[in-house]
Amino acid sequence: MIELPEKILLRMYYKMNQARFFEEKVDDLFTKGLVHGTTHLSIGQEATGVASCMALEKGDLVSLTHRGHSQAIGFGLDVNLMMAEILGKANGYCKGKGGSMHIADVRNGNLGANGVVGGGFNLSCGAALTQKYKKTGKVVLCFAGDGATNEGSFHESLNLASIWKLPIVFLIENNLYGMSTPVAKHMNIENISDRSASYDMPGLTIDGNDPLEVYNILLKALRYARAGRGPVLIEAKTYRYSGHSKSDAQDYRTREEVEEWQKRDPILKMKNYLKDNKVFTDKQILTMEEEAKDSIENALEFAMESPEPEITAVLDDVYA
Amino acid sequence: MNNNEIQNMTYREAIRLGMIEEMQRDDNVIFMGEDIGVYGGAFGLSQGMLEEFGEERILDTPISEAAIVGTAVGAATTGLRPICEIMFMDFVTFAMDALVNQGAKMRYMFGGQTQVPMVLRLPAGSGTGAAAQHSQSLEAWLCHVPGLKVVTPSTPAQAKGLIKAAIRDNNPVCFIEHKLLYSTEGEVPLDEDFIVEIEKTMTERPGKDVTIVTYGTLLPKAMEAAAFLAEEGIEVEILNPITLYPMDMKPIVDSVIKTGRVIVAHEAAKTGGLGGEIVARIAESEAFDYLNAPMIRLAGLDVPIPYNKELEAAVIPQKSDFIRAVYRLLDHE
Ligand SMILES: Cc1ncc(C[n+]2csc(CCOP(=O)(O)OP(=O)(O)O)c2C)c(N)n1
Ligand SMILES: [Mg+2]
Repeated sequence: MIELPEKILLRMYYKMNQARFFEEKVDDLFTKGLVHGTTHLSIGQEATGVASCMALEKGDLVSLTHRGHSQAIGFGLDVNLMMAEILGKANGYCKGKGGSMHIADVRNGNLGANGVVGGGFNLSCGAALTQKYKKTGKVVLCFAGDGATNEGSFHESLNLASIWKLPIVFLIENNLYGMSTPVAKHMNIENISDRSASYDMPGLTIDGNDPLEVYNILLKALRYARAGRGPVLIEAKTYRYSGHSKSDAQDYRTREEVEEWQKRDPILKMKNYLKDNKVFTDKQILTMEEEAKDSIENALEFAMESPEPEITAVLDDVYA
Repeated sequence: MNNNEIQNMTYREAIRLGMIEEMQRDDNVIFMGEDIGVYGGAFGLSQGMLEEFGEERILDTPISEAAIVGTAVGAATTGLRPICEIMFMDFVTFAMDALVNQGAKMRYMFGGQTQVPMVLRLPAGSGTGAAAQHSQSLEAWLCHVPGLKVVTPSTPAQAKGLIKAAIRDNNPVCFIEHKLLYSTEGEVPLDEDFIVEIEKTMTERPGKDVTIVTYGTLLPKAMEAAAFLAEEGIEVEILNPITLYPMDMKPIVDSVIKTGRVIVAHEAAKTGGLGGEIVARIAESEAFDYLNAPMIRLAGLDVPIPYNKELEAAVIPQKSDFIRAVYRLLDHE
């Protein structure tokens, strides 16, 4: 395993914990009926969401999915403003107009979480075209789920990105299901990365529950795309512990399967790595966890105290 | 089988029952959609149908809306009668080529050689906190395409009768169901031949002072407003064009001739919405001469649906908007 600087390991571990606590809090708010609408939790997928973003350079861009909280936190969004958005507050990232499914920070390169499955592929091509055209040297990291790769837009985007050599890394979070449908029922290949062959681009399948593997592979892929060699497709196998959304009886999978994956928890894996390699002491690890937890308690407090939008704001921002 | 029984059930259950009866009646009816099998559909419309009809007829699809609808068009022209569920109406955008350029035109373009008997079920509307990409009411787009029929029931009985009529129809029928209506209850005939024919406008409440034309989830709001106004001695007549295209205008025109005042209301955005079409048809009809006041359109604001609950409600006409509009019409000299 490649040695990483302590600073990166610390940030990675802290943010993965933040993501976990954030979503546990969001889950709690929805369960108590304090938030209206629905949410898609990525608990269990913190390595693909967070560790991948740690490999980005300043100025790189991301396109997120409906299951995008970990991705957003990994990219560096402020949990206060995220929580305010989920509570529909005026100072949330989208002024309370987007909610959990649409957290965006476009000015800083987060092109937004997308409620449309597969909606991010083409947008990422466009964002990457801008980088290429303006010679910024920046790369777009496009997140998507396994199910999303069955939309036409996935195939059209991979082809376009390939022939135009666009600087994109497509990161497929294969959590083994698209809603209730297991991958084996929605495609006839075992590895989604095989799809890269049709478009003549590198394709890799990796362990999405191993944060350091995710980080290292992303570093390489981003370097490849940044060098102007074209897009890369990465499939990271992972698992979501929660239901698809707020309302999901989960009849399509067994409790044992969930428990099996929980044994391979990405945060636990990272913690063991940090301990075994004596990167941090137990006390330091505990402190990081506590700080992450506190940051989420503070975020909730911040969000609760934040103002509701003025009703007249309903008409704002339709046009530029 | 003739069955005179009536049963209380939800709108959701009524659509499901209608589909089940038609699938039992005709082996050529198949059902395609995302997560309609084991999951039973995102809104539970197909609970238990996989067990009853098996994987050959209840077809779980990949997340590929263009393929779902394109496949349905191809299957429909060659002898099957597919029902498709698009998980949210918003994603009909993915399927528009199959629907608009293929399904809707094939019969006409080929000089009547073929027919496209299929049903596209589209859960629509706001009020669920699901924000801009999961809350739209896009019925006007569909009505603008000759070759498509568009229906939208408001009550469980209408839902059962219309889904059956839609499945039996030999044309592509877009069946728009409102998510907020799924859990509403009402009496539904169990008779397997109970059909609500397409191209029929329902009179939901008789009245003589003001006509309200509305459909979908605004119907309950209009009914509440009418009940309130009745206590003030104002009799509102409510008409519900449950087939949006082709629309049965006669009851609407007759009502306006009687009342001389009309409000046309829908949740969809006002500009380019069906309200404009309905109002224009009234203006073109003999009812025009009977109007005592300018017609009023109540509609969604021309904005995407926002997430915040208060903002979301502010976009859509509410009971109080109906009441205010009725007073405005009555105050007009
Ligand atoms: C175009 C479109 N079709 C359907 C849906 C409804 N939907 C939301 S998430 C989802 C499953 C997505 O599966 P996957 O891409 O594997 O992502 P995951 O939810 O597993 O993270 C579906 C069908 C949608 N939002 N957009
Ligand atoms: Mg998935």
